[in-house]
Order: sequence, then structure tokens, then C-alpha cells
Amino acid sequence: MSTELAIETTGLVKVFGDNRAVDGIDLAVPTGTVYGVLGPNGAGKTTAVRMLATLLRPDGGTARVFGKDVVKEADAVRSRVSLTGQYASVDEDLTGVENLVLLARLLGHSKPAARDRAAQLLEGFGLSEAAGRQVKNYSGGMRRRIDIAASILNTPDVLFLDEPTTGLDPRSRNQVWDIVRAVVAHGTTVLLTTQYLDEADQLASRVAVIDHGKVIAEGTKGELKASVGAGTVHVRLRDAGRRAEAQRVLALALNAEVQLEADPVALTARVDGRSTEQGAAEQAGRALAELARLGITVDNFSLGQPSLDEVFLALTDKKGVAA
Amino acid sequence: MSTATAKTELEGVELAAPDQERLSALLVGQERPPRPSALSASMTFGWRAMLKIKHVPEQLFDVTAFPIMLVLMYTYLFGGALAGSTEEYIQFLLPGIMVMSVVMITMYTGVAVNTDIAKGVFDRFRTLPIWRPAPMVGYLLGDVLRYLLASAVMLGIGMIIGFRPDGGVLGVLAGVALLIVFSFAFSWIWTMFGLLLRSEKSVMGVSMMVIFPLTFLSNVFVDPKTMPGWLQAFVNNSPVTHLATAVRELMEGDWPASDIAWTLGWAGVLLVVFGAVTMRLYNRK
Repeated sequence: MSTELAIETTGLVKVFGDNRAVDGIDLAVPTGTVYGVLGPNGAGKTTAVRMLATLLRPDGGTARVFGKDVVKEADAVRSRVSLTGQYASVDEDLTGVENLVLLARLLGHSKPAARDRAAQLLEGFGLSEAAGRQVKNYSGGMRRRIDIAASILNTPDVLFLDEPTTGLDPRSRNQVWDIVRAVVAHGTTVLLTTQYLDEADQLASRVAVIDHGKVIAEGTKGELKASVGAGTVHVRLRDAGRRAEAQRVLALALNAEVQLEADPVALTARVDGRSTEQGAAEQAGRALAELARLGITVDNFSLGQPSLDEVFLALTDKKGVAA
Repeated sequence: MSTATAKTELEGVELAAPDQERLSALLVGQERPPRPSALSASMTFGWRAMLKIKHVPEQLFDVTAFPIMLVLMYTYLFGGALAGSTEEYIQFLLPGIMVMSVVMITMYTGVAVNTDIAKGVFDRFRTLPIWRPAPMVGYLLGDVLRYLLASAVMLGIGMIIGFRPDGGVLGVLAGVALLIVFSFAFSWIWTMFGLLLRSEKSVMGVSMMVIFPLTFLSNVFVDPKTMPGWLQAFVNNSPVTHLATAVRELMEGDWPASDIAWTLGWAGVLLVVFGAVTMRLYNRK
């Protein structure tokens, strides 16, 4: 296992007018892994990826891909990376097969080799039937596939996927995930940007959370989750009259602050799995049992992973305290 | 087949889940071929331009219907008044109007560049390890075909209404060749604007501002002798005038060495200056 870094940035900055879109980002992406860059719209994810893919010049700091500088050795970087952008990076007027043959030719394949490769990829991506259709008539899921197929015409050493599943239905999303897993299994390093914690969870081994152009948290998935809390308990009671009582019971059992929702029978609490010996599920189970013992009827109960909103609130809160 | 039907059919296609094993097989054991030569990459982009014409044939309107319209309009509008008869006038006008139309349609290059940028495909091209100017040269190679088509259409309609070039086939071909060379170089102005301006509309707007004075303020329609002195100074030195004179005389069977030299000189300057600015913008975008 090589310890070489696939991607390394130090103090990366990009400014658009008054907006510091990327404001000093340090990343270290180990070779052969999926690295998730998580953040809301406008956090600077796309800008950072565009700099790494040699599409934008950094205004400050450095970025290297396999030790090659993205500005000074752009061509060397380009020969090892592929980018699948947020919008389909294929020609909509051309058919699926024409797009792939065109790009294969540009990568140096001979005409017959380009045709073969295009046919193989279309087949492998389940697009053979649509091969002769213009891409503008493709569904969202098909566009994503042809786009990713175009990115692996030559198996890249680094694949940038900029929000690959935004706007896809759940089935197409799962299929894109399968493709990403297959690509990584072959040693390609994937840098994935996403707005969905779930997606980072499914695919990435390390995650950087960015907001306002800065990395606000970085680590393995486990570390990141632990820093936020294990999850959120949602409880709906049958009788609104007993909510105050339930709030006290839950606060005690969960050792957490319990919030009253706008809905008069609902309560939520963020469970911090680290504070006790037991895991979050066990804590929640005890709380539920306690409510039952007191005869407070629970209509609905769930323990969910922290949502991205919660991750952000938690992380930005913490930053506020630290500062 | 209409787009609407294509769409419905496609939505009906049940997307097969990509097969893991097959996907894996696609990723292994691949050798990276050597990068393509500058020529090969440019030709591939030229092929893309052909494919776009194939899929969107409507875009050929401006190289077919528009030039025919110009020839007919100006011949019958000015012919009697300026040269006594339309037959006389077409001998003078046709080479000039060819120059004017082809130079005018070069501006669609800028629109094409700008439209591509707005879509993601441009990002893909820019991350490829290829000769950097290849995508731009590719547009222009596609456009050369459009210029040839426009020239052929105008010659055809000209011959029908009485144009009889004394230079014969060779003279006509030489004239067209010079026109294409100049237009190729001139188009780099539009690739620059295509990269520089934000929307397709602004590209069109700026193009019109440049192209109208440049083509009308020339000797395409009339001999500049009757123009005021200050205008003659501009017209006589305009690259379009040199080009129109050279094409006209080549088609008449003469060898206008000085105008050919001026035209090629202008072409060289345009190519060097706007080619360089275009590539700088392209790399910085």
C-alpha cells in the first residue's frame, strides 16, 4: 500500500470579486480511497474541484496531484485525472456513442480502438439501447452514466465527481454509487463532492466538511460523526398533555437536552453516543422503556443519523465556542 | 423523427443496472495510448463540428438561404442604378458580395464557442491532455466547410443570373481559396469574443457592431472614388477592400499581387494577435 498522496493542497484560495469562494483549504487525499468533500451549496466545493482539475487557476496556495502542480505542470495533471462536472460534461447534440468515440479519439485511441472502447463502455453502463440517441434526450440517470463513462475511457488515476447524484432518483443514485465503488476497487482515487451526508457515508473513507470556503471538520467518517453526536431521537406521543413529563424523563435517560417541536405531541433530542458507555441505540432503548414504565404512550419513535443540517449546526456552533 | 418521439421512447427504456463484473472488466488491463498529435486532435474536433451539422442541419440556413438572399437583393436593388443593368452589376458585385457574406458568417464561430462554454462539455475538453488550441482550431475547420458551402451557393446563384468570370475555373478557385484563408484567420476575432463575453446575445451584438461597418465600408458595392476623402482613406486600407479586390481580380483572370499580399498580411496579423489572445483567455477561463 502506497502512502503517496493523490491530492495535496495547502492554503488553496480562489477569490471572485469580493467573494472568497475558497479561503485557504488544506487537503491530503491518500491514494486509492474515496475522499468526500461535504458542504452546502455555495460552500466552495465546485470551485475547489475546478482548481484541482486545472480548470481554474488558484489565487493563492498550492495544489498538487501526484506531486504535480496543477498550474505549472497542468498537462501532466490532465493526463492522470478525469472530471465529471455538476452539469453533464458531454455534448448534448451528439449521440452517446459519438460522444465516447470523440473523447476516445482525443485521448489518442485509433478509430477502431475508439469504437470498440465506446461500445464496451455503453454495454457496461447499460446504455447500448440509447447509444444512437442524442444525449439531450437522455434522462438524468442516463446522462450521469454517459458522463462517468466518458471519464473512465482511460481509467484515470484520480476521478473528480462533482455532486454526481444531485437530482437523481434513488435507483439511479444507487447505480451511480455502484459505479463509483467499482472504479475505486481498481485503485482509482475518487474525490467526491456532495451535499448529502448519506452519500459521503456510503462511499467515502475520509470526509472534509467545508463551509464558506474553509474546512470546518476533517477526518474519517467515524470521527466526524462522533464529533456531531450519534444521532437524533424523534418521539411522538399520543397525549399532548404528558409532553412536559416526557421531556423530563427523556432528558434524564438520554443525558441530553430535549427540544419541544411545533407539533404539540413531538419531541426531539440529540444523542451524544460518546458521553456514556452505551451506544446511542442502547440509550434510546432505555429512554423508551422508561416512558413505557410511566405509562406514557409513544405513537412513533425513531433514532436517525444526524442530518447534514445538524452536522453543520453542530460544527459551526463548536467553531463559535472555540473562537 | 421528431425529438418528442425520441424522448418518449427513451423514457420507456428500462435502464439495466450496470453489471459490477462487466464494469470491473472495463477498468482493468488498459493501456493509455500516446496523446494524439496536434493535427489529429484538431481534426477530431473538426469531425465534431460535422456531427453537429448532421444533427442540427438548420444551422446551415445562414450559409445557404442568407447568401442567396443577399445576392438577389443587392443585384436587383442596385444593379440598374449603379451599373446600368443587373447583368453588368453582377460581374462587379458577385465576388464582393461573396466576400461580404462569408466574412459575415464567420461571426457564428463566436456564438458556437460561447454556447459550448455555457454547457459542461467545454470543461471536459479543457481537462484533456491535448494540444491546447485544438478545440478552437476544430471549430474553425468545421466553419471552413460552411464558408465553402456558402461560396458554392453564391457562385451557383450568380451563374444563374448572369455572372461570367473571365478567370475560368482556376481563377474562381483561387479567389475562393484566398477568401477561405482570410476568413479562417479572421474567425479568431470571434473565438476571442466567444470566450470573453458572457452571453450568446452579447456575442451577437458585438459581432454586428464590428462586422457591419467593416463589410459595408469597403469596395464591395461601389468604387470608392465617389466617397469623401476621409472615408476613402478608411475604405482603401480596409482588409475587406483588399480581399474583395483580390478575389474580384482573380476571378477576372488577373493576378493582383499587391492585394493578395495585403490580404495574406492581414490574415497573418489577425491570426497571430487574436489567436494569441484567444488561447490566453482559453487557458485562463
